[in-house]
Amino acid sequence: MATFHFDLVSPEKLLFSGEVEQVDVPGSEGEFGVLAGHAPLVTTLRPGILVIHGERDALRVVVDAGFAEVGPAGLTVLANMAVPVDEFDVAQLAGVITDTEEDVADEKDGWTRDKLAQKLDRLRALQAALVH
Amino acid sequence: MPSLKDMRVRIAATKATQKITKAMQMVAASKLRRAQAAAEAARPYARHMAKVLGNIAGGVGDLGAAPRLLVGTGSDRVHLLLVCTAERGLCGPFNSAIVRLARERANTLMAEGKEVKFFCVGRKGYDQLRRLYEKQIIEHVELRAVRTLGFEHAEGIGDKVLRLYGQGAFDVCTLFFSRFKSIIAQTPTAQQIIPPVFEAGAGNGNGIVYEYEPDEDEILLELLPRNISVQIFGALLENAASFYGAQMSAMDNATRNAGEMIRKQTLTYNRTRQAMITKELIEIISGAEAV
Repeated sequence: MATFHFDLVSPEKLLFSGEVEQVDVPGSEGEFGVLAGHAPLVTTLRPGILVIHGERDALRVVVDAGFAEVGPAGLTVLANMAVPVDEFDVAQLAGVITDTEEDVADEKDGWTRDKLAQKLDRLRALQAALVH
Repeated sequence: MPSLKDMRVRIAATKATQKITKAMQMVAASKLRRAQAAAEAARPYARHMAKVLGNIAGGVGDLGAAPRLLVGTGSDRVHLLLVCTAERGLCGPFNSAIVRLARERANTLMAEGKEVKFFCVGRKGYDQLRRLYEKQIIEHVELRAVRTLGFEHAEGIGDKVLRLYGQGAFDVCTLFFSRFKSIIAQTPTAQQIIPPVFEAGAGNGNGIVYEYEPDEDEILLELLPRNISVQIFGALLENAASFYGAQMSAMDNATRNAGEMIRKQTLTYNRTRQAMITKELIEIISGAEAV
């Protein structure tokens, strides 16, 4: 099967870089699979699970919001956060959500509260994605 | 003429100082390794971000309708200098090199009749700039309590900058930090982040027509603020690595200088001791001869 180049980067590090056969990306308009020779595309991501089908077994990675770019050179995913599924701590996520809920309730400043509310929505979406 | 005892105390003090500088050098060396790895790990993200943004920006047709973060406010009257320095000293010329670059830029801009505002990240830069431009510093952030630098810190700073931009506090924002080249070479760097400047060749679109989901404007609206945070994060990490590099070489120098001082002090001490013994001997001998 034809392969293409795939880079998965988060602000902290380069998580994956190499040739792959297929990548399933959780796009904001719906999940989509990328194969070699995909048309150029730029999309935002929603929190969810990204699946990399390489030579070995499929690799599942939890991604927070971010961007995906399909270009002639291959696929680049810029994730705000990316952690392999088996390293992800669901209990910790629940803790963060509770903390953020409290912050939203306490925050007086409108601008900051909007920011926090957005963050909370994102975290909840991520939690929902993990349950399925 | 200091007594022999004074000299012994002096030598002991210098030795103690040498031990401290040596320890600091070793601590800096071990921290440098981690900071350097973090800075290098963050580079791909910033690079890809710039590339994607460059590609999209190259494809934007109508510049008039494009977001202000991309094309600027259309004027360059008020400049914001975002100066990132360290929280601590004892690191050679690290902090002052960044501040000097920012100061030179500020003076040039002011000579051109532009208004200059400062946003200081890090205590050292704030202290130095405060002496000269007290009234022009509109915001400052200290990362003193921060142990490991995370993306959220950069995001916090980015949010503040975006907010000021939204309020129309400035037209152009330039980031000042020190780029880590190697342990002995750190270059103070100025990078314009609002409106973003794309490297030559990145923004020509390469003739690719992208499909956008949801649509171009929405993607740009998310990508642009994010880019600011990413650039700041990159700068902070580069700064951290540079800081430890600078501290390491400064402390290495200090240790070597202390060694040199100890050598000289010991020499004077021994000479004085020898001279005193000789003097005492002469006194005894001449005393014996006199009898």
